[in-house]
Formats: sequence, structure tokens, C-alpha cells
Amino acid sequence: MKIEVTINGEKRQVETAGHRRLLDVLRDEFALFGTKEGCGEGECGACTVLLEGEVVNSCLIAVGQVNGKSLTTIEGMADGQTLHVIQQALIDFGGAQCGICTPGVALCAKWALEKEPNASKERLRELMSGNICRCTGYQAIVDAVVSAQEGADS
Amino acid sequence: MSDFLQPRSLAQALEERAAHLEYQLLAGGTDLLVASKDRLPLLGMIDLMSVSELSGIEEVAGGGLRIGATTSYSKILDSEAIATRFALLHKACREIGAAQIQARGTLGGNIATSSPVGDSLPALMALDAQLELASTRGKRTVPYREFLRGYRKVDMAEDELIVAILLPAQPEGAFHYWRKVGTRRAQSISKLMIAAVGSVQDGKIASAKISLGAVADRTIRLYEVEKAIVGQKPGPETAAIAKEVVRASITPIDDLRSNAEYRLSTAENLVARFVLGLASTVGTTQSPSSAKKNK
Ligand SMILES: Cc1cc2nc3c(=O)[nH]c(=O)nc-3n(C[C@H](O)[C@H](O)[C@H](O)COP(=O)(O)OP(=O)(O)OC[C@H]3O[C@@H](n4cnc5c(N)ncnc54)[C@H](O)[C@@H]3O)c2cc1C
Ligand code: FES
Ligand code: FES
Repeated sequence: MKIEVTINGEKRQVETAGHRRLLDVLRDEFALFGTKEGCGEGECGACTVLLEGEVVNSCLIAVGQVNGKSLTTIEGMADGQTLHVIQQALIDFGGAQCGICTPGVALCAKWALEKEPNASKERLRELMSGNICRCTGYQAIVDAVVSAQEGADS
Repeated sequence: MSDFLQPRSLAQALEERAAHLEYQLLAGGTDLLVASKDRLPLLGMIDLMSVSELSGIEEVAGGGLRIGATTSYSKILDSEAIATRFALLHKACREIGAAQIQARGTLGGNIATSSPVGDSLPALMALDAQLELASTRGKRTVPYREFLRGYRKVDMAEDELIVAILLPAQPEGAFHYWRKVGTRRAQSISKLMIAAVGSVQDGKIASAKISLGAVADRTIRLYEVEKAIVGQKPGPETAAIAKEVVRASITPIDDLRSNAEYRLSTAENLVARFVLGLASTVGTTQSPSSAKKNK
């Protein structure tokens, strides 16, 4: 089927089977390799993208379901060469090590701070509990997100 | 080449379902796309998320609610009406998956999958939910407790869709009790869930609906326990009676996650805590007549 989708503000088209995983189509058809595959089963959040502003796992979405919709992937987070405050904070606080979880973590943090700008540290952990990181032990990630939150306040 | 159908109305969805019984119905995909991950390409899919009349929450006459089958957990959690009047469902949905799963997973999908550990199921059963089903042959409404037929078996014909979930009004000021005993809070396969709603009037238990998940091959209601405690004074004595009836009336499954004796004693304790919880609501949920007397 023909799929039209707005990715990071740009209208894109592809002719493919509607049941394919959005994750595969992003990587194989649109060459957007920032979206990672961890588990392929909805458990790890490495494949997180924003669909109409909602945080979703692209491994559990059939690409036909995003026809006519808009997506944000990690490639759309920075503004040109300027990183998003959350991305910069993840670097500054050591919240990214091997980097597999990082695109999903950054997008989920963006969603969480937009949804609940005043969320407590505990609440942020809860909102981001679908993003598993094997390297950092989470503290550095949480510190980074809290600092981005404080930066946004001031 | 497999087919991906996107009906735009319920009528069209029903037609397409009737014409393609071998296709899979797709809602949020959080069960189906996990299960089909390593399988050969499917014959086809019918995407229910494209049918807007299948989603949304509306008030119905008499203080009830009608929840469209493809309403996501995040929409359910955002609903003030559910949080205040059907707190049991709110509490159950809060613990389903993480944000990504809540954004896509639907109530209809949880019901159709009918896993013995489905989290919304005990809440629906304790709230006396009804399901609205439809096919090109017509519509029907079934009580949720009758819809469950066995291990992952439900009373749904192959050409039918779940259209909506109907929740009847609950007693004013009722006590809604939900606990999930599992290994991890988020994304865990639960070991046991209790969903119960009850009310107290004039110092006696006026109503009690108790449901347990993950103790049997399907979600169950504890009618015998309910019968034993209604009319009694909520408190330790009634809690002790309730425990005995729990032990006499259920035979939990023994599996790797948790053995039968552990499940049985956990079930007893949770039911007892519900009864004690009812005791703590005394004074807050008096009947209109007794409230007047106290003035
Ligand atoms: C990481 C992860 C964590 C999870 N955690 C939990 C949890 O904590 N608790 C829990 O209960 N579940 C959990 N689940 C399971 C799942 O999210 C839920 O069961 C969800 O409600 C399924 O809904 P869906 O819309 O995604 O269903 P889908 O995957 O789209 O469909 C599931 C099945 O239902 C059928 N179906 C869907 N809608 C209809 C309809 N309207 N009429 C008829 N048939 C229909 C489909 O054909 C399919 O067979 C989890 C899943 C994942 C991947
Ligand atoms: S790859 Fe999608 S959640 Fe793990
Ligand atoms: S940085 Fe390696 S998994 Fe998170």
C-alpha cells in the first residue's frame, strides 16, 4: 500500500506492505537508523518514537497504522547542529554509554517533560520505566532529565 | 502480498470482517505484533484503529459509561469519570505496562486476548461490565462474566468484533480495592490480582463484588464469598469468615510463577484486607436515611 507520513516535519512516502513493523520501515526504507531495535517485543523502549506526540514502541506498530499521521524520531530532536537540551544533558551527565537505549530515552524524556512539566523525580522514573538501559544504572539518566527540566523552568 | 484493510466506519469493518475471516484484527498491536513477530507474513490484517467510532468514552443514562473497544489505556487514565466513579478500572489500568504500552494497548485487545493475567479483566468483572459485540448479523450485549468460557476462550464468533464495554453505575461512595501481587511493578506478568468493590450501609456490608485474576484458567468472581459477607458487619470477624470461604471455594493453579498454596493464602489475605478496608469506610458511606438521623 502507499503510505504517506510526516516524519520530523517532512512529508514522506513509501510503497510497502501495511503490516510491516514501523521500526523496519524507518530503518530500511527511510534510512533513519537512529531508531534502534532491542527486544522487538515492546519491553525495552529502544525503538521509541513519538506518534502524534504520543510515546510508542515502533516495533509494535504496523506501518499502515501511521498512514496520514506525523512522527518524531531521534533525527528530529536536534535543531540542525544544536542538540536538544535533553540530548545535551544526557551527554553532560554521562546518561549515554553504549547508546543503544539513548534515542528512545531522549524521546521518552521529551514526551514526559511535555506531558508533565512539573513531574517529580519519582514520577519521571515511572513515566520512563518502559526504557531499559543496561549500562548506566539509570541515575545518570534521571539526573540528566531533571537538569533539562530545571533548565526549561528557568 | 498481504492485505492491510483500514475500514473507516464500524459498518465497513463488519463487512470486511465477514468477507475475510482468515484476516487478523489489529488494534494497538501490543499483543498481536509480539505474537506474530517470528511468523510468516500474515494473510491480512484489518486495522480497527482507523475506525473512530470504536474509540472514546461516553456517559450513558443511569450514571453508567460506555467505553469504545479501541480506547487506549492512556485515554482511560486521562478520564476524570473513570478515575472518580470507576476507580477500580483506573487503578488496574495504571499498572499495565509502561507509557509506550499504555499509549497503544486497548481495553478491547485485553478482553479479546483474555490472558489469565490480563489486568483489566478482574476490574471489569467486579464492576459487572457488559460487552457490546457486533457482526453483519447484528448486535448483542453479554455480561462480561458470561463472555469468559475457559483458558483464553471467549464467547465471540469468528465474524464478531468487540464494539464497546458498558459499565453500570456503582453505589455512591463505594470502596474500590485493587491489588496486584507481582515481582515487578511495571511490565510484570502478575502472580495474582484482586479487584473488588463494595459498599456499607448502616454498619452492614450492603454490596460486595470480588474478582480474582491469575488464580485459575480465567478471571473468576467469588460469588460464595460475596454471599457470605453481605449483610455482615465489616471487620475482623467477617474477614475471618471470608478467608474460610475463599479457601473452600477456589482451587488455584500451580505453575512456575507461583505455587497453589502461595496463591491460596495470598487470595485469602487480600480478600480479608478488602473486608477490613470496607470497615474503614463506615461513617463515610451512610445511607441517606441514617445520615439524616445522625445530624
Ligand atoms: C511490554 C508489554 C507489557 C505488557 N504489560 C501488560 C500488563 O501489565 N497487563 C496486561 O494486562 N497486559 C499487558 N500487556 C499485554 C497487552 O498490552 C494488553 O493485553 C493490551 O490490552 C492488548 O491490546 P491491543 O489493542 O494492543 O491488542 P492487539 O495486539 O491489537 O490485539 C490483541 C488480540 O485481540 C484481538 N482484538 C483486538 N481488538 C479487538 C476487538 N475490538 N474485537 C475483537 N478482537 C479484537 C486481536 O485480533 C488480537 O487477537 C503487555 C504487553 C507488552 C508488549
Ligand atoms: S525493540 Fe521495541 S520495545 Fe524493544
Ligand atoms: S547506554 Fe547502553 S543501554 Fe543505555
